[in-house]
Amino acid sequence: MKEIVDIVDIKKEIKKDRRAFIKNVLSGTIAGSLLMVIPAGAALDQRLPEQLPGMRGNDSPFTEKKFAFIVDVTACIGCGSCCVADKNEYNVPDGNYRTWVERYIIDDHDEVFVDSPNGGLDGYTKPRKDIPNPVRDTFFVPKLCNMCEKPSCVQVCPVGATYKTEDGFILVDKKRCVGCGYCIQACPYSVRFLNPVSRTAEKCTWCYHRVREGLLPACVNVCPTHARKFGDLNDKKSEVYKILREPHVISVLKPDMGNQPALHYLGLRREVV
Amino acid sequence: MSVAAHGETIAAVSNYIFPNDLHVHWSLMIVLYPYITGLVAGAFIVSSLYHVFHIKSLKPVARFSLLFALAFLICATWPLLNHLGRPERALSMMLTPNPTSAMAGFGYIYSAYFIVLLLEIIFIFRPVVVALGQKATGGMKALYSVLAIGSDNVSAKAMKLDHKIIAFLAAIGIPMACFLHGYVGFIFGGIKANPLWATPLMPLIFLLSACVSGIAGIIVTYILIMKVSGKEIDVECVQTLIKFLWGFFILDFTFEMLELFSHFYMATHHWHTLDALYSGPLFNTFWVAQVGIFSVIPFFLLMFMSLIRFKDGLLLFFAPIVSIMILLQVLLMRWNVVIGGQLMSKSERGATTFHPMWLEKEGILPAIIIMVAPVVILWLIGKILPFWMDDDGIEAA
Repeated sequence: MKEIVDIVDIKKEIKKDRRAFIKNVLSGTIAGSLLMVIPAGAALDQRLPEQLPGMRGNDSPFTEKKFAFIVDVTACIGCGSCCVADKNEYNVPDGNYRTWVERYIIDDHDEVFVDSPNGGLDGYTKPRKDIPNPVRDTFFVPKLCNMCEKPSCVQVCPVGATYKTEDGFILVDKKRCVGCGYCIQACPYSVRFLNPVSRTAEKCTWCYHRVREGLLPACVNVCPTHARKFGDLNDKKSEVYKILREPHVISVLKPDMGNQPALHYLGLRREVV
Repeated sequence: MSVAAHGETIAAVSNYIFPNDLHVHWSLMIVLYPYITGLVAGAFIVSSLYHVFHIKSLKPVARFSLLFALAFLICATWPLLNHLGRPERALSMMLTPNPTSAMAGFGYIYSAYFIVLLLEIIFIFRPVVVALGQKATGGMKALYSVLAIGSDNVSAKAMKLDHKIIAFLAAIGIPMACFLHGYVGFIFGGIKANPLWATPLMPLIFLLSACVSGIAGIIVTYILIMKVSGKEIDVECVQTLIKFLWGFFILDFTFEMLELFSHFYMATHHWHTLDALYSGPLFNTFWVAQVGIFSVIPFFLLMFMSLIRFKDGLLLFFAPIVSIMILLQVLLMRWNVVIGGQLMSKSERGATTFHPMWLEKEGILPAIIIMVAPVVILWLIGKILPFWMDDDGIEAA
């Protein structure tokens, strides 16, 4: 009789344990889920992993950095992912482009054919059929804001709505912009447009909001061939530092404009304007 | 495939425009802006030729040209405000200007010039205003009292002081008028990214074309108003205006052609873009219209009218025709510079197109309204300040 009672007690205990076990599992799951949505201090940082080293936790490192953007013309395959990412990131109105990809075709008569239908947003999935001679060479050139050291747009903006941040980014304050379009005329690279909704000037920012959070610009993030590179020139371990320091073929667009772009091109061809 | 056919195909397919360059951002309003400020500056020069340089034969139009300048100056900001994406923020240009921006200076230059012009008009018209105020009643009397700046003293001593003030205002008005329009030229001339605009000659060409358009505008309106109101036209005045018009137009047209010739002769890498522009989209508006019809013909007409003594009737027949042609020449020049400059893509490989619509915000209808408005304002001003009356209350004609 005593033995029977003991077995029942054990079963009760197991039952009790199961309840406790299930309770623990449930509470753990709930707590864990809550932690996912409620940030619980630096120790439990739930943000995306840092892509640009040394950007989080301290405010000062940001201004100590010197950012550069490098486009590797030899790597771009013209898929248009960067353009799609950019359009999604900023809800860019149709017909305006913060970034675009150009297709260059050179035939064996040395004639250059350039196009960029819809800014390359749809990707270059079909070859051009209107080239009269055999094609000698073809390549893609992504374009975006040159983040000039001496920006024409900042110089001409009558109200200072376009300005240069201390860390070298050229941004537009759409709450100040009067929409005169002078910056659009002044930019040698035609990266600016007047947003038809806000009626103010807009352009690529190298994803300043992402960079400040230690993330790469959206276009760099999605590029499948690593043709778009971004980093800190003061960081000797960064890829951009190494590329600009090593003996590569590096150029900027329209150097005779004197704007001193921080956007560099790796393997740029002389046909590119 | 033949070489020619090959060339044609290339021309057709290599026309690449940067995707953001398809749209012409500065359209009709920015064509009108330098046109209107040019008329202002030119009309002021006519007035100064009499008031400062004492060209006596211009006396009949000396006062009228100031009022003409005022009417157009009142409307000079209209096209700009209509063009701005955010016109409600326009005053930021004056309250928080960016000192490195050429555009930020406009508010100050415009305001300063407005004040000088207004003061000059007030002092020149004061004796007339006092006389009219004595005859007027009610609201008009109050208005004349305000315009006489509260003083009805027209004694010889007071008038002597007035004349000193007028001479001073007219004298500082000349460099200000030159600066106003030279500056408008610099707004374009300072844009290095645009090879059509970026030339140090741009302020000079804008200034000379301003003088030309102002003189032509005065000739047309003077003859028209006189004909309509049945008054006698002062032929010597028209003759003198025609001579000045020819003089300024020689300089204007020469520099316009020199500017183009310099580009052609230096033949930098920009020339192939400019060449494609002038021989392509701008061929009709520049070579045919601006140069061929509205420069060469008026040039020789003005030369004959200045060198050969025409009979009065013939002079008064040709003077408005040649002046209207000159007014169109300057309007075409503004179009070819402002619109033409934007047709070239910064890709250096192609040109976009521009066709103004009638009813859009910056379309043809708003442009017509903005050009008619100064004429209406001038008519209203004429109701208050008589165009042709001198200090003794005698109609000039």
